[in-house]
Amino acid sequence: MRITRIAAMAAVATLSLGLAACGKEGTPTPETPGQSGAPAAASDACTSSGATLTPATGVDIAGSPTFAKIKSAGKVVVGVKFDQPNLGYKDASGKRCGFDIEIAQLIASKLGIDPAKIEYKEVASANRETSIKGGEVDYYVGTYSITDKRKADVSFAGPYFIAAQDLLVRKDDTSITGSESLKGKKVCSATGSTPIQRVRDQKLTEDSNIVEFKTYSECVSQLIDKKVDAVTTDDAILKGYAAQNPSMLKVVGKPFTDPATGKAYPEKYGIGLSHDDKALRDFVNASLEAAEKDGTWQKIYDGTLGKSGSSATIPPLEKY
Amino acid sequence: MNEFLHVLTDNWTTIWQHFWVTIQLFLIAGVASLVLGTLLTAMRVSPVPALRGFGTTYVLLLRNCPLTLVFALLVFAVPKLDVNIDYFPSACIALTAYTSAFVCEALRAGINTVPVGQAEAARALGMTFGQVLSLIVLPQAFRTVVPPMVSVLNAMLKNTTVAAGFSVAEAGAIQAYLSERGENQIYTILWIMIGFLILVLPLIVMQRRLENRWGVAR
Amino acid sequence: MSSNLLYDLPGPKAKLRNRLLGAVSLVGIVALLVYIVLRFNDTGQFDSIKWQQFEYAAIQQQLLDGYLTTLKTAGAAAVLALLFGALLAAGRLSDHLYFRAPTSFVVELFRAIPLLVLIFFAYYGPIQLGYKVGPFWPLVIALTLYNGAVLSEIFRAGVNAVARGQSEAAYALGMRKTQVMTSILLPQAIRAMLPAIVSQVVVLLKDTALGFLIQLPELLYVGKSIGGRLPFGLPYVPSYLIVAAMYIGTCGLLSWFAFWLQKRLMGGRRRKTTAPPVPLTNEPGTPIV
Repeated sequence: MRITRIAAMAAVATLSLGLAACGKEGTPTPETPGQSGAPAAASDACTSSGATLTPATGVDIAGSPTFAKIKSAGKVVVGVKFDQPNLGYKDASGKRCGFDIEIAQLIASKLGIDPAKIEYKEVASANRETSIKGGEVDYYVGTYSITDKRKADVSFAGPYFIAAQDLLVRKDDTSITGSESLKGKKVCSATGSTPIQRVRDQKLTEDSNIVEFKTYSECVSQLIDKKVDAVTTDDAILKGYAAQNPSMLKVVGKPFTDPATGKAYPEKYGIGLSHDDKALRDFVNASLEAAEKDGTWQKIYDGTLGKSGSSATIPPLEKY
Repeated sequence: MNEFLHVLTDNWTTIWQHFWVTIQLFLIAGVASLVLGTLLTAMRVSPVPALRGFGTTYVLLLRNCPLTLVFALLVFAVPKLDVNIDYFPSACIALTAYTSAFVCEALRAGINTVPVGQAEAARALGMTFGQVLSLIVLPQAFRTVVPPMVSVLNAMLKNTTVAAGFSVAEAGAIQAYLSERGENQIYTILWIMIGFLILVLPLIVMQRRLENRWGVAR
Repeated sequence: MSSNLLYDLPGPKAKLRNRLLGAVSLVGIVALLVYIVLRFNDTGQFDSIKWQQFEYAAIQQQLLDGYLTTLKTAGAAAVLALLFGALLAAGRLSDHLYFRAPTSFVVELFRAIPLLVLIFFAYYGPIQLGYKVGPFWPLVIALTLYNGAVLSEIFRAGVNAVARGQSEAAYALGMRKTQVMTSILLPQAIRAMLPAIVSQVVVLLKDTALGFLIQLPELLYVGKSIGGRLPFGLPYVPSYLIVAAMYIGTCGLLSWFAFWLQKRLMGGRRRKTTAPPVPLTNEPGTPIV
């Protein structure tokens, strides 16, 4: 009994070591698939937009406790998403890329920190305010919509992009054409996100048809498995998913409109900052303005979000 | 104090609805896992080696797998088999499958405490395996295992909160809902705790009652 | 009573019937497994693309890191829970009401509150009060509180299960309470309860899987993020299968260790039983879950 147990443990140990030793190096790239259910050959590997971001020197922001912390630590901790293609994505080898990631790198470089030294923290939608308030991250860049309710807990710099709420459906599904055709359909989104709140408040579908998971990729998985009929969130995010699997998914393309004004609900992406740090907020807004004027913003956009077909207009900054 | 009470009164419908789903999950999964657990025990002590093997493997697999993983497999892997189960039934199935393994273990230990003479007398009277089990052994075994069984059910009541991560709107999801509305997090969680304390009370009362009625001095 | 006393030894007819039943159930189970494998194949779960990620060192490293985080969390929580449980048990076994009452209350409180709620409290509480706290320590603290309470019940049951004659003899010899506890009762209690304690550590290890709700990069969280990559066909099924195998392997090893410990300490069992027996006590603290 004793010998067999030791033998078993030794076997497990050698197996795990052996497995670790025979792993292939480099980034996994999907081969061209042949069977149904597998996506078209969209590359998973991260490529940056190529915008040059040199860290500024001699940066000092008076009266910003967050900046003092960054300066003394010599690095910056940024909250990001990891599963939103072309926005905030971590590929299989651990490299990060996307519009939000590069905006975060832009801010870091303006703060005087080398973008390669950023420490990224993955924070889910429902925990964004708590992670900023708790000091777990210095700032957050991850499809963070500016709302008045959130302004009670955190402050925002930006917006640096405006998206709209849309629907992601299966390619062969013709019954869903927009927000008015959701009755009786199961709609999925991330727990604690604005889009699903809107669906619930406006009663666009029955309460029992609202499905919530922690991440969008789980929603997309349920969509492909036909357990839900639509995934709703910002069109920028949805277009990224559709671009990764155009044979099975498509974006409806009809943004949700406010019944009062007839205009699309704007999802203003901002950079989440500590509530009381006005000095840092002004600095980040100034940095964004500079990047928008000198073409860096456009270059970053074209290399990331622009690839999935979202339109590019530089939104006016809301300073407060 | 005022704000503390307001968190409850302002969101009473949400809180109550979520706890009601928890109660439903508990009742359905509780009854089902008692039944399935008894069946598994019968399999594990049966004369058929194949059934014994199945029972043992089942318990081995499910006792060592985290409940969250059982849920995840049901919600993400089972649809690939083209079996479409809604989220609430999936939660019931996951909880039942997981808890029945523990019910089986507790009951088996209970069978071991029933005096040997009982089974021998039953066999001497010519009873078959099924009769021995259902008429003589299991009733006595159940009487002995009241505390561990209530402990298992207590644990299952608390495990229902895992369903909140898999789109079942039960008590574990209250925190996410109320933080959306900007309520004080600490007060919300305190109320959830109080809710569970209230739910556990009937279990404890039932355990005392059953122990008094069925307790056997050995 | 072991299981083969529940039925007569099978005669020729019974043996034939058993073989038949065995064959039928075997066929049934194999058919079910084959069906599952075929359906998975049809929906492309065994496509090379879904399993491709796992050949790469980077992914294996991520899995390993997640596994190590799980083990670290479980280890830290286990040590702290044992200490906390011992403390609470000492309180509950005390002769003085002012020790007994508050510790009893604390134990019942932490046994009644779901682990999930404890985790949320330990994570969101400090953040709301303005303290910076990562996901590791809240999970460890929540696990400690809950498992400490359960372990204290195990310790108490163990001490109470030692034959009464032992403590009576010790008191007759003039030993005081502390001496009786440390020299006579505790050693015997721990030997009897060791398998139950290891079982509870297994439960602790499984409960670390709840860390994914507060973004602790433990094994299940890593499995989810690997499974969520759309370019690889959303390989949730392969990822979860591998993660399940790792959990079942680890917990199985620990359970086997508990079984071996019991055999070693209790001098083996005379009769053969069908599977590792579970220690039964009449105390409510039996560590079934």
